[in-house]
Amino acid sequence: MSLLLDAILALLVLAAAVRVAAGGDGFARVVAFMGVGLLLGLIWVRLAAVDVALTEVAVGSGITGLVLLQAAADAPLTREREVGLLYHLCAGMVGLVVFAALAVVVLLLPDPAPSLAPDVVRALPATDLGNPVTGVLLVFRALDTLLETMVLLVALIGVWSLSPDRHWRRAPAPLWPAPPSGALDFLARVLVPIGALVGIYMFWAGADVPGGAFQGGAVLAAMALMAMMAGLSPVPAIGGAGLRLAVLAGPFAFLGVGIAGWFLAGAFLDYPEGFEKTVIIAVEVAITVSIAVTLALLVLGPPMGRKA
Amino acid sequence: MTLVLDIFTVVLVAAGLLFFIVGTVGLLRLPDPLARLHALTKADNIGLGLLVLGLVPQAVVAGGGLEAVKMVAIWLLVQLSSGAVSQLMGDVAYHAAMTADPAAPDRSAHGEEPAP
Amino acid sequence: MSAPVLFGLLGAALSAVGVYGLMVGRDALARILAFNLLGGGVFLVFGAVARRGAGAGFAADPVPQALVITGIVVAFSATALAVALLKRLAALRARPGAAPAKVAGAQAEGTKGRVQPGGDA
Repeated sequence: MSLLLDAILALLVLAAAVRVAAGGDGFARVVAFMGVGLLLGLIWVRLAAVDVALTEVAVGSGITGLVLLQAAADAPLTREREVGLLYHLCAGMVGLVVFAALAVVVLLLPDPAPSLAPDVVRALPATDLGNPVTGVLLVFRALDTLLETMVLLVALIGVWSLSPDRHWRRAPAPLWPAPPSGALDFLARVLVPIGALVGIYMFWAGADVPGGAFQGGAVLAAMALMAMMAGLSPVPAIGGAGLRLAVLAGPFAFLGVGIAGWFLAGAFLDYPEGFEKTVIIAVEVAITVSIAVTLALLVLGPPMGRKA
Repeated sequence: MTLVLDIFTVVLVAAGLLFFIVGTVGLLRLPDPLARLHALTKADNIGLGLLVLGLVPQAVVAGGGLEAVKMVAIWLLVQLSSGAVSQLMGDVAYHAAMTADPAAPDRSAHGEEPAP
Repeated sequence: MSAPVLFGLLGAALSAVGVYGLMVGRDALARILAFNLLGGGVFLVFGAVARRGAGAGFAADPVPQALVITGIVVAFSATALAVALLKRLAALRARPGAAPAKVAGAQAEGTKGRVQPGGDA
């Protein structure tokens, strides 16, 4: 019975994915893509990966979808190239080869499955965390997470550097160009405080139950964007010192803790004994702030001439 | 007692699903954006409301009152956002039809009058 | 067939659709969408591996899960950068002087021609 449910979910995802790849109206394709993301969220729950489900829905479907909707609205679809039937057939063959290769890998996975779960169980008590995924993200594979915050930072620098020189340090264009409407204003006034609470809760609860810095940061970013769309708060100019400090706080706090680990605990990104939980929470607060601000700024895009 | 609760849940969830099916059929079959929004709100408000109401006793039995409160909170939040977003989309669809935007061919009957 | 295998195969199929879309996509938005589908498929294969690695009291191996969370955020970063490039390219093309050169370049040189206007900016 549950396998039937899983099979229906899988077919829905596949149908929506084919719709995304099928071409046609840009908006329809992006909406289908957001549908794929939401359905994938359900599949992650079925795979007992609730942390991933939250990230997929918040970042993979929600915020990515917002960026893609802007692309569909701003960039008129230009048929940049026409490809022939032979090329389509070749691409189809390549797709089939990819499917076959991955399918063989999935079907021939070793049994019993190798797992790092026992190692995580053994080491987790030292971190005082209850959520193993947060433990992996912030302790056992902390270098990955540090580099990930750096990737976000570099992406933001890349987006900002696309602004024409004369607009540098100014504010990005607002997401909602229409005059403020009563419904949007009402929605923002009610939803933003609740959403901010949910975002902070997701970050705070992430130490012990599914959630964490990325999921909470994404919700906080969405709430900030909603307030800007409703005109409740201005779109910030990218030259502001406070804004730049918020962007840099996470990566550099993380890096600072990592370097301090060399002197206090003997290795890069090693946390001093007895203070693990304190240090982890401090780093998480900093990266949650930076993730929220960076995600919102990535959605807003490069500055476009308005003086904030 | 559990049997009564189970029957309650099955009946209400089935009724909720019926509203979702009707809403989906409406979304696919109705001719213009405003009518499609109208169909969707039925699924969102009543359909989800019945689902939540049907599941509340199960949540109370299994995990205490907090789970039930969370589900009702989700329903209220969906009500809030679907109501507001429907109005925004209705606004856009209405103005698109009034200015005879080619993106809204469904309302062309209304759009013909002000077309320049 | 168990759920991890089913979803692993779905991941393989999503990756295939993504690769196909990446190759035949007519406009930049289509290719960005296909890139995200490809990513989603690869993440799902990771998810299948994680679910099979359940053990020691966890319903799924936490290490691949953490890698997927990292991957989703990195994929978003790449998408945001790609969309910013796309919008800048569209703005440059909309400028009156830039139009004829771009059309010629796009038609004559295909993929390489499209990169040119953005590089000049």
